[in-house]
Amino acid sequence: MSDTSPAHRAAERAARQSYGKLMAYLAARTGDVAAAEDALSDAFAAALASWPAAGVPQSPEAWLFAAARRQMIDMARRRRTREAATDRLLLSVEEAAAGIDPGEVPDRRLSLMFACAHPAIDAAMRGPLILQTVLGLDAAAIAAAFLTAPAAMSQRLVRAKRRIRDAGIPFRQPDQADLPARLDAVLEAIYAAFGAGWPDAGGLDPRRQGLVDEAIWLGRVVVGLLPDEPEALGLLALMLYAGARRAARRSANGDYVALSEQDPARWDAAALDGAERLLLRAGSLGRIGRFQLEAAVQSVHAARRISGRTDWPAILELYEGLLELSGSPVVAVNRAVALGETAGPTAGLAALDELARDSRLAGYQPYWAARAELLARLGWGAMANAAYARAIELEPDPAVRCFLEQRRARLRPNFA
Amino acid sequence: MQYMLAVYGDERAAEGAPREQMTEIVNAYMAYTKALQDAKVLVGSNRLRPTSAATTVRTVDGQTKVLDGPFAETKEQLGGYYLIDVPDLDAALVWAKRCPAARYGTVEVRPIWVM
Repeated sequence: MSDTSPAHRAAERAARQSYGKLMAYLAARTGDVAAAEDALSDAFAAALASWPAAGVPQSPEAWLFAAARRQMIDMARRRRTREAATDRLLLSVEEAAAGIDPGEVPDRRLSLMFACAHPAIDAAMRGPLILQTVLGLDAAAIAAAFLTAPAAMSQRLVRAKRRIRDAGIPFRQPDQADLPARLDAVLEAIYAAFGAGWPDAGGLDPRRQGLVDEAIWLGRVVVGLLPDEPEALGLLALMLYAGARRAARRSANGDYVALSEQDPARWDAAALDGAERLLLRAGSLGRIGRFQLEAAVQSVHAARRISGRTDWPAILELYEGLLELSGSPVVAVNRAVALGETAGPTAGLAALDELARDSRLAGYQPYWAARAELLARLGWGAMANAAYARAIELEPDPAVRCFLEQRRARLRPNFA
Repeated sequence: MQYMLAVYGDERAAEGAPREQMTEIVNAYMAYTKALQDAKVLVGSNRLRPTSAATTVRTVDGQTKVLDGPFAETKEQLGGYYLIDVPDLDAALVWAKRCPAARYGTVEVRPIWVM
């Protein structure tokens, strides 16, 4: 189904870029995301059909805008029943067209993202909404990435878009006082999209393919529009660091490779350098935050390509900062792992024991895998064996399951 | 856009509150109402008598019945509303946060259906 020729990819990239800008502009003009989408979706499809062969037009926006207008006029002619609504929409499209130079559509994508990640929108739907409205991904692709049934995702997207219109959620940048909190919601949504694509290390799942790149692209859009927001820089750095290690997560024959065993030569050096620069710039702005700290952890891991070792005390310190900031049980597990590396397995295990009562961790694979590793290091084979079994049971990725099986097999034979 | 800020609170707690506290709350509402008027966003507002004064009409099995008491027994009850006209939800939320009920109870922000 998906054509991956360079011409097609260039066309798709240009169409996406223009699509997002036109969507944002029309949605802001009409206050109606679904209507703007209706006007643009056929135009987008027409672009993807014609640009790979004919070449990307000089002004992709003008091309798409013209196609969307034709589409609107057809819609108005065809659908007599929805006359009032289409007329109003047609009018706002005409107004929008008259008001601007089609080659210079003002970039309102950030405002659109702020609307999608508004506190009045269900937090779980913010990432999917941004993927659909800014990138033009369809509900089926988003559903696959977020492990949801397509029909349910489609329905939730429709409802969320209706809510934006009916509740009067504005399409604009929040006031300075609200900006940091509101921006966090946008960044969280982008990171959720990144996280949805991340587990597919081998790029084997075509439905999730590219989600990591799409999220990085959205991160760049935000940084481009808000170049002095340290957390936006931090998120982009974090995604670039992680993205740089993508290929190294699998061996030549498809086996899972843990971070500590990855060959730094297989990391994308240019992406890592870019991430370093972003993180440095974020740090110079003097406002620390969650994404900068997480990026800093990645930076320490990446430093192994130069120093040949991992500075665990630095990682521990960063996780302690993160834990103070977020109180997240996931961070607490990572902190316990770092403690296991610096103060020994007994200390790491004690830290995990403190978390054992948190019911959210009962179904969290990394908690059980970390527990199993520490128990194995202490030579407590029977308990390690049980913890590995739980981790394997929870892991959906066969390559990671296989890796955990191998770790379990290293236990003394009477336990494995 | 017009929004209704529906003010919910615990009636019983309000009934049992000492006089000074009641005065303080009433003053806070008066100041809030004045702020809405000064900003020229207030369309209308009313305070409701407690649910002990409520009567409910409902059709049960095709028969219209008059029942004593409110629509539903809840921990917090609708005690009044403000109707405001502001550009968008964010502006409505700013006013909702300033409402005294945001401190003492709950404010539900609902857009008015435009016919």
